[in-house]
Amino acid sequence: MTQATIVDVPEGTEAPPRRSGAVRYGRAVPFFVVPFGLLFVLFYLLPIGYAIVQSLYTVERTGTFGPAREVFGGLVQYGRVFQDGPFWSSIGRVLVFGVVQVPVMLGLALLLALLLDSGLVKGRRFFRLAFFVPYAIPGVIAAIMWGFLYSPNLSPLKPVTSAIDFLSADFVLWAIANVVTWVYVGYNMLIIYSSLLAIPAEVYEAARIDGAGPIRIAWSVKIPLVMPAIVLTTVFSIIGTLQLLAEPQVFRSFSSAVSSTYTPNLTVYSTSSVPNFNLAAAFSVVLALATFVLSFAFLRFTQRKGAR
Amino acid sequence: MSVLAPENTKGKVRESLFSRTGAMLIMAVGTVYFLTPIWWLFVGASKSSEEFTSTNPLWFADFDLFTNIGDLFAYRDGVFLRWMLNSVLYTGGAALLGTLIAAMCGYALAKYQFRGRELLFNVVLSGVLVPATALALPLFLIFSKVEMTNTFWSVFLPSLVNPFGVYLARIYATASVPDDLLEAARIDGSGEIRTFFKVSTRLMTPALVTIFLFHFVAVWNNFLLPLIMLSDERLFPVTLGLYSWNTQVNQIPELRGLVIIGALLSITPLVIAFLFLQRFWRNGLGAGAVK
Repeated sequence: MTQATIVDVPEGTEAPPRRSGAVRYGRAVPFFVVPFGLLFVLFYLLPIGYAIVQSLYTVERTGTFGPAREVFGGLVQYGRVFQDGPFWSSIGRVLVFGVVQVPVMLGLALLLALLLDSGLVKGRRFFRLAFFVPYAIPGVIAAIMWGFLYSPNLSPLKPVTSAIDFLSADFVLWAIANVVTWVYVGYNMLIIYSSLLAIPAEVYEAARIDGAGPIRIAWSVKIPLVMPAIVLTTVFSIIGTLQLLAEPQVFRSFSSAVSSTYTPNLTVYSTSSVPNFNLAAAFSVVLALATFVLSFAFLRFTQRKGAR
Repeated sequence: MSVLAPENTKGKVRESLFSRTGAMLIMAVGTVYFLTPIWWLFVGASKSSEEFTSTNPLWFADFDLFTNIGDLFAYRDGVFLRWMLNSVLYTGGAALLGTLIAAMCGYALAKYQFRGRELLFNVVLSGVLVPATALALPLFLIFSKVEMTNTFWSVFLPSLVNPFGVYLARIYATASVPDDLLEAARIDGSGEIRTFFKVSTRLMTPALVTIFLFHFVAVWNNFLLPLIMLSDERLFPVTLGLYSWNTQVNQIPELRGLVIIGALLSITPLVIAFLFLQRFWRNGLGAGAVK
C-alpha cells in the first residue's frame, strides 16, 4: 500500500505550492528540522570536511628528534596513498571478494524468496524466520562463532575442517565470505520477498492465461518486477563489502593469514594506530570516494539498462 | 498471495509433487545452514570447558549453562554485565532518540514547503551512501581536539545520526499522514508541534518501529567507532568486550568458554525481539526498496 503512494508523489524541485502556506507554519519547521540538521552537520559533514583537511597536512620534524609540526602538504598524502602497495592489494582483495560473494549471496536470497513466494513451500512463516535469525547477530559475534566452527579441533564439521584448513591463506577470504553470506542472506531475502508480495495477483493471472509455467513466471514476470529491490540490495552489498572490517579483524585472532592491512578499513585502522592520522585520513577519503563512485556507477548502469 | 491455480490434470499433479519436494529440500538445507551455528553456540554454552572439547559439539553433555552464566557474571567483578548495560544505552538509547529526531526531520520534509527543502533532502540522501566506517576516524580526531575521546558521549552522540531514517520517515509521513487531517487539526486550533506528537506520530507508529529497528542494527553493528574511540574497558559495548576477550584466548584459555557464553547471552534478546518484530521489517524493507 505504501508503495503505490510513494510512486505517485512527483517530487520535482518546482513542486506547485500546496494549500499549506510556508509562512503560516514557518516556526514549526525549524523545531522539526534543527535537531537532526545540527547533529548531521556536527557528526557527518564536519568529520567529512575534517578528514579532507587532515589529509592535506603532513607531519614535519626539525631534525630526527625535533618536535613534530603539522604543515600543509597539499596532495603529498594522496601521493603516498597511490604508492601504497598493501592498500591497493587490500582494495583488490575486497573487489575479488565482492565479485564472488555479492552474486552468490543475492542469488541465494533471490532463490529463497522466489521459493517462499511460489506456493510450493509449506511452513513459510517458519522458514522466513529461520533464515532471518542470523541478521540479529552482529558481525563481530558471527565471526567469533564461525572462527570456532572453522577451527580444526573444535568444529562439529571435523571431517571437513581436518581435511581443508579454512583459516589458511588460501581459504580464509572465502571463510570470511561465508560468514558475511550467512548473516545477510536472510535480510536480502526479506527485501526481495517483500517486493514480491507487493506484485498484484492480476499480473500472474495474465501470465498464466498466456500459458506460462511457474518457472517461466518467476523468470519473466517476477524477477523483472523485483529488479528495483535487487538493485537496492546490490548497492548496499557493494558498500558493505568495501567497508569490511569487523569480520577480518576478528579473524586475525584465528588466522595469521589475515594481516593488519587485509581490507581497506583495516589499513585505515592500523595506519591510525601507528599513529599517522594524516595518511589514515587520506585512506579514508579515497575509500569513501571509491565507495561512492562504485555504488553510483552501478545505479547509473542499471538505470540505463532499464531505460533501454 | 497463493499463486498456483488448482491443478486439475494428472501430469501437472506429478510435476507439482516433484517441484514441491525439490523446494522443501532446498528449504531444509537452508534451515540447517542458518540454524546450525546458533544451535552449536547454545550447546557449547551449556558445557564445561573439558566437555566442550571432548564431547559431540552438536549435542548436550552435562547441562552446565547456569553454572557457566554464573561464572561469566562473576568474572572480573561482573564486567560482562556492565558491557551489556553499555550496549543497551548505546544502541537502545541512540536508536530511540535518533528515531525521534529523524522522524521529526522526515515529517517536516514531507509535510511542509520551506526554502532549502530539496537541498536538505538531497544532502541527507547522499549521507545514506556515506559508510559509517568512513566517519569513525575523523570523528576520533575531532573528539580528541575537544579531549572527549574515551567517553560515553564519543560513541553515543555520533550514533544518533541516521540519514536513512529521515529518508524512510519522509516516505512514511507522505503515505500515512493525510494533509486534510493536518488541516482539520489546524482548524481545531492545534499547533503544528502538538499535532505532530498527538496525531501524526500515532499514524506513523509502524513506520517509527521500522526506523528504530534499522537504526538499532546500524549502531549495534558499528564496530569501528567504539574500537577507535574507547580504551577504557568499562565503557565497551558488549561486541567490543567479547572481541577483546577473544583476542586474548591464546594467552588466557579460560576466556574461551566465557566468550561462547557471552556471545549466546548477547544475541538472545535480539533474536527474540527480531522474531516478534518481523512484520515491521517487512513493511520497512518494502518501502525502502521502492526508489
